[in-house]
Amino acid sequence: MATFTDWDIVRNLLLALRWTVLLSLTAFCGGTLVTLPLLLVRLSRRRWPQRLLRAYIELFQGTPLLMQLFLAFFGVALFGIDVSPWTAASLALTLYTSAFLLDIGYGSVRALPKGQWEAARCLGLSFGQTLYRVVAPQALRIAIAPTVGFAVQVIKGTALASIIGFVELTKAGTILNNVTLQPFKVFGLVALGYFLLCYPLSRYSQYLERKFNAADHH
Amino acid sequence: MIGSLNFSALWPWWPDLVAGLWVTVKLTVLATVGGVALGIVGAALRSGKPGWASRLWGIYVELIRNTPFVVQLFFIVFGLPHLGVRMTAGEAALVAMLINLGAYSTEIIRAGIQVTPKGQWEAGRVLGLSRSQIFFRVVLPPSLKRIYPALVSQCIIVMLGSSVVSQVSYEELTFAAGLIQSRTFLSFEVYFVTTALYLALSIAMRQCLLAIGRKWFGEQY
Repeated sequence: MATFTDWDIVRNLLLALRWTVLLSLTAFCGGTLVTLPLLLVRLSRRRWPQRLLRAYIELFQGTPLLMQLFLAFFGVALFGIDVSPWTAASLALTLYTSAFLLDIGYGSVRALPKGQWEAARCLGLSFGQTLYRVVAPQALRIAIAPTVGFAVQVIKGTALASIIGFVELTKAGTILNNVTLQPFKVFGLVALGYFLLCYPLSRYSQYLERKFNAADHH
Repeated sequence: MIGSLNFSALWPWWPDLVAGLWVTVKLTVLATVGGVALGIVGAALRSGKPGWASRLWGIYVELIRNTPFVVQLFFIVFGLPHLGVRMTAGEAALVAMLINLGAYSTEIIRAGIQVTPKGQWEAGRVLGLSRSQIFFRVVLPPSLKRIYPALVSQCIIVMLGSSVVSQVSYEELTFAAGLIQSRTFLSFEVYFVTTALYLALSIAMRQCLLAIGRKWFGEQY
């Protein structure tokens, strides 16, 4: 059996870290793309779509991400499509992310004073104009801190993709552990990898929260 | 194909699912009670004078909050035996959930304590109460009331996260589902039903905890 030096372990983990980052980015960008049209529907006054979206959010926030991954994995296969762990993981994580971003986005828009909508209507702006020029810039400011905070949850969520066989950081750690039999070192390094990705984001989110809260209290 | 879904074939397996669900519920109750207790201790430490204990607890919180639950679990199950700490799968699962909820609830409770007016502490001191008396009788109750919904959400997140402990062969709901899947090959059906059970459990748990909150803190939830 080939011997693994410490450098080999670190190198393999770093290679796998790329996939963690790529999957996180896919989930986050995909989630944003899915969220934006849904948010428009959520903001409309129609009752039925509102209820459906409430159920959508409840479904993805009230069930384990692991189950969502399994369902995506086996669900897509039902249609006779050969599904790779990568496809299933990006699909499940995208939907999971969108459910949370939808909540954050809706909360941020609702947090704006009602007067903003009314003032825009008085000025003769259309719904689209109000949204784009008046509401969105302000809502984005409120949404950014919780969104950055949620990015940490997405990165940590990608670790579960290892369970359906996607080789990212955690899976690479399990494989390396089986080869080297040095679990303390391997999983310590895996944890360090996630920490280095997540900690700056958490700190940044806390910083944004403080900054915007301070601005509000003036 | 969709038309070939066969849910009725799952009927003979419901005792296994119920048994798994029961294990998940027990694990959740223990982790919730212990985790919140740990959070209260942590919040007391973190909101006192900054000393080495407070700093150490801060490092623990940041470590847990910025690494995935699976990795923490693998570290406990595979890594710790190398240091001579051996646990059964169930104990490891419980410990992982405890340290997880402990870290998150520390931050949540601390946020509630931070907005307590300073006058509360001063008034308590004037009345001749000790530091711990002020903390537990004056500062903590209104703080808990303020952050209770956030704490409930976090407890539910930890319950949902527990599905991962099936990976270290602890026989809870997800493990039961995996077992049924390997015997029947009804993959989608099994995980669909299991997901529905988790959803029901999360809704029931929220309603229960909010009812307890109403009883303790009044009608606002």
